[in-house]
Amino acid sequence: MRFYNNLTISQKQIVWAWIFLALPVLFYVVIRFYPTANAFVLSFQEWNLLGDRKYVGLENYAKLFSDPVFWKVFKNTFMYLILGTPVSLVLSFIIAYHLDKVRFMHGTIRALYFLPFMTSAVAMAWVWRWFYQPVPIGVFNNFLASFGISQIEFLSSTTNALPSVLACAVWAGLGFQVIIFMAGLRAIPQSYYEAARIDGVSTWTVLTEITIPLLKPTIVFLVVFSSIGFLRIFDQVFNMTTNNPGGPLNSTKPLVLLIYDTAFNGFNMGYAAAQTVVLFTILLVVSLIQLRLLKDS
Amino acid sequence: MASQDIAVKPSTDALFSGSSRNSRRNMGQFIRWALLFGGGILMIMPIVFMVSTSLKFPFEVYNLNLIPEEPTIENYTYVLEDGRFYRWFVNSLVISIITTASAVFFDALVGYALCKFKFPGRYLVFIAILSTLMIPTEMLVIPWYLMSKSFGWLDTYWGIMFPGVMTAFGTFLMKQFFETVPDDFLEAARIDGLNEFQIWWQVAMPLVRPALAALAIFVFLGNWTAFIWPLIVTNSVEMYTLPVGLSSFGDEVDVAWELIMTGAAISTLPTLVVFLIFQRFIIRGVVMAGLKG
Repeated sequence: MRFYNNLTISQKQIVWAWIFLALPVLFYVVIRFYPTANAFVLSFQEWNLLGDRKYVGLENYAKLFSDPVFWKVFKNTFMYLILGTPVSLVLSFIIAYHLDKVRFMHGTIRALYFLPFMTSAVAMAWVWRWFYQPVPIGVFNNFLASFGISQIEFLSSTTNALPSVLACAVWAGLGFQVIIFMAGLRAIPQSYYEAARIDGVSTWTVLTEITIPLLKPTIVFLVVFSSIGFLRIFDQVFNMTTNNPGGPLNSTKPLVLLIYDTAFNGFNMGYAAAQTVVLFTILLVVSLIQLRLLKDS
Repeated sequence: MASQDIAVKPSTDALFSGSSRNSRRNMGQFIRWALLFGGGILMIMPIVFMVSTSLKFPFEVYNLNLIPEEPTIENYTYVLEDGRFYRWFVNSLVISIITTASAVFFDALVGYALCKFKFPGRYLVFIAILSTLMIPTEMLVIPWYLMSKSFGWLDTYWGIMFPGVMTAFGTFLMKQFFETVPDDFLEAARIDGLNEFQIWWQVAMPLVRPALAALAIFVFLGNWTAFIWPLIVTNSVEMYTLPVGLSSFGDEVDVAWELIMTGAAISTLPTLVVFLIFQRFIIRGVVMAGLKG
């Protein structure tokens, strides 16, 4: 105590800072940095959890890049991104733009759109899975049948399954994007709109020349945020295709599901770690490219 | 953050004046409202169908009626009967509450230290923590699994919880909010003889309460719905969380959709009810966390 009392104020601050940070720093080193390093190291090894870890150099990566299933999965992962991000962004912008101009029951409508965000992805994947069943079970096909429209194969078709799974993910995330867009719209100063109105500018010009350019920070945030979400899609795919995860014929399988399969069904830890390194690289590159493109233009 | 109180937009303030131009505008405004409202109703249809089907007898499941002809709670009694859902519910609740309390406590602690203390290495620690945001959970699950295996954490509460007891996102969020707390307040408390821990807990923390609540909502929701890590780390039925349990239950009962909907309702209704009660507050919190974080 006497030692502590002899310290200067700034020295005391240093002592306190490290008292505050000791446990957290330990946590970040042990639970975040060490495992990250471990994943990289493991990606150069072969290990089935039982024997010894054996260095194999780049063999895991070579195997991965020559595996047609990986390329299928790679394509799927990007399909989720390429379809999901623009669709959810455009939809949520349209909703937010109009909702912003509506006063009557504003809070209620906003809550309706936001509600799905509060649900559990697993629970809702099962609900959507039921919706997609063929007649007489599935809601969508029953609904179509009542209008005399022929059946659509949703989850059992190799072409429709991925968009079907994606629809559920877009639906769940839409409310969050709407809320963020509305906050962005509210942050645009009213004086801009008033000036435009005095100048007699058309609504469309106001939208493209004022609203959208001023929303750029919001758009950048949402593009990066939702892209990362779609690239990491797992819960919906896993639960909508539990009888054949990632099926039919790997047509819905994203990278995270491949990782899960390789590691926890195949116990091929090194190979799975190499896949996680690829995922990490994809996420990093995609976010950097988007930040670059969207910030510059 | 006063998103509610902004004045009515110029395009809508002349709602009830009589000229034909205005009535056309009113018509447009009504169509806008009707489409938005209709879209909103469509958005909640999956939830409505889930609840309605959970109250139906099996023979009525294929009927698209939203209101069951013969409502029953039999599905709930059946699903809850063997105690599994009850157990999973408790597991999820305990895990979510403890993890949320821990993450809010530590994230605020670290955010405060990084914001208010001057010490060598401050910038380095901040960048190091922030950089972990770039690492996807999926990359860490394998090392975490190996770690849990060697420490005997598999299939335990701690095993499910440990990756989330602190979050980089929350630390960053809290640091942002502590910037708004004036140093003079802390200095005054220091002169009054409070130690640094008391200053943080008694002076600074109450001033960032809205941010703490926003963070708590995010962390709780994240843990309540978390799937991949609990799926990996648990292997006995008693240790499953609700999402993991529901996933295995869905596979088990296969085509008994009324039972699956009941399970889904049990795992998702609690958060929906909380949302409906604290709606405004939660939306504001989500915006706050989303934009600052």
